[in-house]
Amino acid sequence: MTKTATALAACFVFAAAFTFAGCSKASRKAAGQGNPNLALAPEFKLQDANGQAVRLSDYRGKVVLLDFWATWCGPCKVEIPWFMDFEREFKDRGFAVLGVSMDEDGWKVIKPYMASMKMNYPVLLGNDEVSNKYGGLDSLPTTLLIDRQGRIVSKHIGITGGKDDFKNAIVELLNAPNAGAVVPAGRILARLTGPR
Amino acid sequence: MPALLFLLAASWPVLQAQGNGVLTVAPPSRLTIKRGATGELSVKANLQSGFHVNSNMPGDDYLIPIRLTWNKEPLEAEQVSYPKPQMEHLGFSANPVSVYTGTFEIVTRFKAPANASPGIAFMNGKLRYQACNNKECLAPRTVDVRVTLDIQ
Repeated sequence: MTKTATALAACFVFAAAFTFAGCSKASRKAAGQGNPNLALAPEFKLQDANGQAVRLSDYRGKVVLLDFWATWCGPCKVEIPWFMDFEREFKDRGFAVLGVSMDEDGWKVIKPYMASMKMNYPVLLGNDEVSNKYGGLDSLPTTLLIDRQGRIVSKHIGITGGKDDFKNAIVELLNAPNAGAVVPAGRILARLTGPR
Repeated sequence: MPALLFLLAASWPVLQAQGNGVLTVAPPSRLTIKRGATGELSVKANLQSGFHVNSNMPGDDYLIPIRLTWNKEPLEAEQVSYPKPQMEHLGFSANPVSVYTGTFEIVTRFKAPANASPGIAFMNGKLRYQACNNKECLAPRTVDVRVTLDIQ
């Protein structure tokens, strides 16, 4: 093989590796999977539908299901009724659902949608800053389960499991022995982020 | 060596397409048009397998329609014609949703003003779309479309 051919082959391999790495599904799986040192969920301060500022840290001490969604996202619409059920069933046990809408058109589309879906949990208006903090949010829904210590236990991109998978993971977090306990995250992560 | 060059040349557009999202637009062919006359131009889009985009009339106010828009000069876009959509039953909607998949073409009828300057010029447009598969949706995107004109 000539030097030119070798160089071309190297370029091809590099281009292919670079391109496919950018599209890798594996890179979009749960943050911290298999890592006992779970990352803290990045802090944010966003406005709710009433214009009140809400911080993620306001929910410290609760198990939080943080759902990034949009009104134009069909799969998000499938999950929202599940999350409403979880809010009803577990809110008195130290659990909260927090929705963050990534709609560019803002409240004028979000509020009617919330009303039509009869959403029973707080929704905040997202922005580029929060998107960047959470890895770009290229795909919706992106749903995170956060433990009582504010740590990301699982990151769930798209609909990969069912309602029961979420529910079991929530119950497991709520039943964790005490606030300082290390949650068996590996089991939950494996359940929520199976093959896509 | 020729085989390697062929492989590289053949693979590059695919690699580029993946880096640019799930929808790619083929460079439109040159449009030759006489002053005062009309001409049609096709914009061919290709969508990655497994994904769909909403049609121009998705049938749900919350869904984002595909939309091809053009600058006002040097030609006038008289009409933009979208292909016939597929009606898909998707899990989130009680009613079928109007979508495009695979390869589809959007045709624009342009009119050249009688006083247009003859010669080579460019027409710039934007294709806005929002793609999903049956598990996830991608944020809305806009692709620039540029057409070379030969105004006679």
